[in-house]
Amino acid sequence: MALLIDLLSWALILTGGAFGIIGGIGLLRLPDFFSRIHAASLTDSMCAPCIIAGLMLQSGLTLVTVKLAFLIGFLFLTSPTASHALAKAALHGGLKPGKCHSPAEARPD
Amino acid sequence: MSFFAHYNYHIAIILAMIGFYTMISRTNLVKKIIGLNVFQVSVFILFISIGVLEGGTVPILREGYELYSNPLPHVLILTAIVVGVAMTALALALAIRIHEAYGTVEEDEIHAQDDEPGAQ
Amino acid sequence: MDTLVDILLLAFIAICAIAILRLRDLFAAVMMFGLFSLIAAGLFTTMHAPDVAFTEAAVGAGISTILILATLSQTARREKSQVGRNVILPLVVVWVTGAALIYGTVDLPVFGDPAAAAHQHVAPYYINESPHQIGIPNMVAAVLASYRAYDTLGEVVVVFAALIGVIALLGLRRRPEGVESGPLTLDHHQVLKVVARLVVPVILLFALYVQFHGEYSPGGGFQAGVLFAAGIILYALVFGLKSARQVIPPRLLGRLPAAGVLIFGGTGLLTMALGGNYLDYNVLAEHPPTAQQIGIIMVEIGVGVTVASVMLLIYFIFAERGMRRRPGNDAGGEAGR
Repeated sequence: MALLIDLLSWALILTGGAFGIIGGIGLLRLPDFFSRIHAASLTDSMCAPCIIAGLMLQSGLTLVTVKLAFLIGFLFLTSPTASHALAKAALHGGLKPGKCHSPAEARPD
Repeated sequence: MSFFAHYNYHIAIILAMIGFYTMISRTNLVKKIIGLNVFQVSVFILFISIGVLEGGTVPILREGYELYSNPLPHVLILTAIVVGVAMTALALALAIRIHEAYGTVEEDEIHAQDDEPGAQ
Repeated sequence: MDTLVDILLLAFIAICAIAILRLRDLFAAVMMFGLFSLIAAGLFTTMHAPDVAFTEAAVGAGISTILILATLSQTARREKSQVGRNVILPLVVVWVTGAALIYGTVDLPVFGDPAAAAHQHVAPYYINESPHQIGIPNMVAAVLASYRAYDTLGEVVVVFAALIGVIALLGLRRRPEGVESGPLTLDHHQVLKVVARLVVPVILLFALYVQFHGEYSPGGGFQAGVLFAAGIILYALVFGLKSARQVIPPRLLGRLPAAGVLIFGGTGLLTMALGGNYLDYNVLAEHPPTAQQIGIIMVEIGVGVTVASVMLLIYFIFAERGMRRRPGNDAGGEAGR
C-alpha cells in the first residue's frame, strides 16, 4: 500500500513537471498572444496542482496535507483570474486575436 | 564539490555587479532604481548564504532537530528588506517630482535643462 | 539534491538580472523584477530562511512592483535608446570591482561550513539560550524583538521617516471633490470583482494570523503589515481608490504610523517606569519568559501597525498623484493599464 502511494505520488509529480515543460514550450512557440496565454495558464491549472497533489500523497494524513489542499484551492481561484485579467487587458489595449508573426506587428502603437 | 564551494558568493557578486552596472550606465531614473533593488537583493543572498549551516534546518525549535542555521543574518536581512522598500518608495517619489519639474526622467536631458543659461 | 536546487535557482536569478538590465520597455523590466524577487524568495527558502523568503516575496514581488508601476504610469514607459553612449568607463569600473570582490571570496569559508566564524560566538548563544530565556520556538522572532530590539526600533522609525519624506514630496492633500472617479462599474469586470471579494478577506485574516502566530512559525510584524497592506491595495485596484480609502477612515490612517512607533517606543518607556532599562522586558511580569513574550507581542503589534499603515499610505499617495494629473481616468488609475 505504501509502495502504491509512493508510486502514485511520483507519477503525479512527474506529470506535473511534464505539463510545466509543455506549457513552457507553448509559451515560446505559439504564434499569437492569446494562444500563449492559454499555454501559460496550462501551467497554472495542471502543473502546480499535479505537483501539489503528489506532495499531498507523500505527506500522508497530517496538517501539511490540509495546508496543501488549501493551496490548490487558492491557486485554482487566482491563477485563472490572472490569465483572464491579462487577456482582458490585451483586448482593452487593442490587440486582436489572430496570427501575427513578430512582436512589432502585434503592438498597436 | 570544490567548484561549488563558493558558488553562492560568486553569483551574489555577479548579481551585485549587474545591479551596479544598471545603476551607473543607464540614464533612466526608474531603471536606476530597479538596478538599486537588484543590488540590494544580491546583498541579501550573500548574507543569507553566510548564515547557512550544512545539515542544519530552519531556526524554529522543533522536536527531533539538533542543528539550526544561524538566525542572526535572517534578522538583519528582515530589517534590511523593509528599509530597502522604504528607500525605494522615497526614491520613486523623488522621480515623480523630477518628472513634474523637468518633463523627463532621463538623466542627460535633465542635466541639459540644468545647464541651459537662464535656468536656475 | 539541495545543492542542485540551489545551483539552478542561482543560475536562473542571474539570467533574470541580465534580462532586467537589457529590457528597454520598463513595464516588462518591472515584471521581470517581480519574477526576480520570487526566485530570490525561493532561494531564501532553500537556504533555511522562510521568514526572509516570506518578507521578500511580499515586499519585492508585491509592494515594490506596485510602487514602481505607479511611478511608471506617471513618467515614461520606455527607456531612451542607449546606442552610441560611451559604456567603457562603467564596464571597466564594474569588472574591476567584481574581480576584486571575487578575489576576496577566495578566503571566505566554504558554503555551509560549521567551523565558519559566522557560526561561533553570538549565534550559539542565541540558539542555546533563547528557549530558556524567552521560550518561543521562532528564534528569529526572539532575536528580532528581544535580543536586537534596538535595531528593530530603529527600523520602524526609518520606515516612518520614509513616509514623512514621501508626504513632504508628494503631499497628503486630498484632491478636490469635483475630480471624482468611479470604481470599475462595467459588467465585464465581474470576474475580477467576484474573485477579489473572495480573496481579500482571506488575505486580511491571514495577515492577522501571521502577526500573532509569528512566535511559533515564520512570521511576525513586518510580514503581517505588508500582507495587510497588499490586501487593501488589491481591493483598491479592483473596486476603486475611493472605496478603498473608506476601509480605514483617512484621519485614522494618517495617525496609525505614529501610533505604531509610539507603541514600540512606549513599551520601552513602560519598562523604564517599572524600574528596568529601556526595552528590558523582564520587569513586565514575574516569570522572565512570560515577561519576554508579553514584551515581544507588544512591540510586534507596534511594528505591524506601522508597516501596514505606511505601505498603505504610500500607495494611496502615489495613486492619488497619478489620478490628479489625469482626471476622469478609470479607478485605480495606474499600473500601466
